[in-house]
Amino acid sequence: MSDTGAARAHELGVIGCHVCGIVCDDVLDEHPLAGCPRCGSSLHRRRPDSLRRSAAYLIAAFILYIPANLFPVMYTTFLGSGFASTILGGIIDFWNSGSYGIALVIFVASILVPSVKFAIMGMLLLTSWRGSDWARPQRTRLYRLVEMVGYWSFLDVLVVAIVSSLVEFDALSETQPRVGIVFFGAVVILTMLSAMSFDARLIWDDKHE
Amino acid sequence: MKTYPDLVICEHCDAVYERRKLGKREVASCTACASVLYRSTDLNVRERFAMCVTAAIAFLIANAFPVVSVNLLGLQSQTTMWQAAMAMAKGDVAPIAIPTAAVAVLVPSFQIMLLIWVLWFARTARRAPGFEWAMKLLEVLRPWSMVEVCMLGILVAVIKLAGLLQVHPGPGVWATAALMVLMTIIAGRDVGQLWALTRPGPGSPAAASPPNPATPA
Repeated sequence: MSDTGAARAHELGVIGCHVCGIVCDDVLDEHPLAGCPRCGSSLHRRRPDSLRRSAAYLIAAFILYIPANLFPVMYTTFLGSGFASTILGGIIDFWNSGSYGIALVIFVASILVPSVKFAIMGMLLLTSWRGSDWARPQRTRLYRLVEMVGYWSFLDVLVVAIVSSLVEFDALSETQPRVGIVFFGAVVILTMLSAMSFDARLIWDDKHE
Repeated sequence: MKTYPDLVICEHCDAVYERRKLGKREVASCTACASVLYRSTDLNVRERFAMCVTAAIAFLIANAFPVVSVNLLGLQSQTTMWQAAMAMAKGDVAPIAIPTAAVAVLVPSFQIMLLIWVLWFARTARRAPGFEWAMKLLEVLRPWSMVEVCMLGILVAVIKLAGLLQVHPGPGVWATAALMVLMTIIAGRDVGQLWALTRPGPGSPAAASPPNPATPA
């Protein structure tokens, strides 16, 4: 049931392949294991276990987001003195040294994007679970936003990698990655997997479907 | 099983549309959820192939030369993206080296190789050996390719270190910038058009399935 009158696939008895996009007859009732006639991938009306998988990845990411922010991501020694920095600490350092633009970029990539992702994916999972018909076009847009910006959060992992590979001057100065970055990288990967497992068409399905 | 090449289904809301030929730079989008169904492409197969070869060269330069070099009291240090990923491969953080190397180096290199492989054959409307497999892999790899995030990461690292050390961008950074642009052109979602632009060869699922299986029309 779309708001604009365009017929939906199940109403016409057709199905689209998740992988190559070809449209073919929906024969899943007679042949539950039918494969795509063009690319051979197995056909599904909806991604299998979409909501459960997506929720599982999201919850795992949410749990790991706590150590990702509490543990330091980097340890730097400079002329004898050493200090550890967390993600938020790195942003505050940039801000205090006057690099407001960079502080903002890292804040958006590392704090804002993951937080917004948790909020949006949590809301999408909850409303789709209940088969809500509230704001369907807008919810679909939010899903696309999450898909589009999600991977930029990997920025901090790459920055830590580049910096720790450059600053290797033994006694003078050294930078090492610390365990916080592993948790943070895992958060980014898990939230991406959560978004990929979520089948946006479930936003448009009513409860009984 | 009957297929309908003239139909397209919105992947975000399951609405069904008939395909129309698009004019230059036109985009077909879903009236229900505004998702992009397909767009006209400025690239034909030969041009895309040429772009892929260019991307392969940019990739080699981007990874053969350092992206940043620093200087501290006369001591030099420089890094490539691969060395940056390997800098993570020690101590308790070692697991993160695998995804880092993947998104920065391995995934883009696989994408370029797979594209060159399928496009070489697609130039004459043929499907490469392993075409189905390569197309599926390209679809899986796409979200994990992060050359543009690497580019931003290099810039952030340069600014981060500029306060403490002398920092110079290396030759690899220009190639990375070029690669970033090329990847968005060659490895986007419109790669899927190759399904329609090539003929299935023997041994593909399309050729193997009987012309009229026992299914309702």
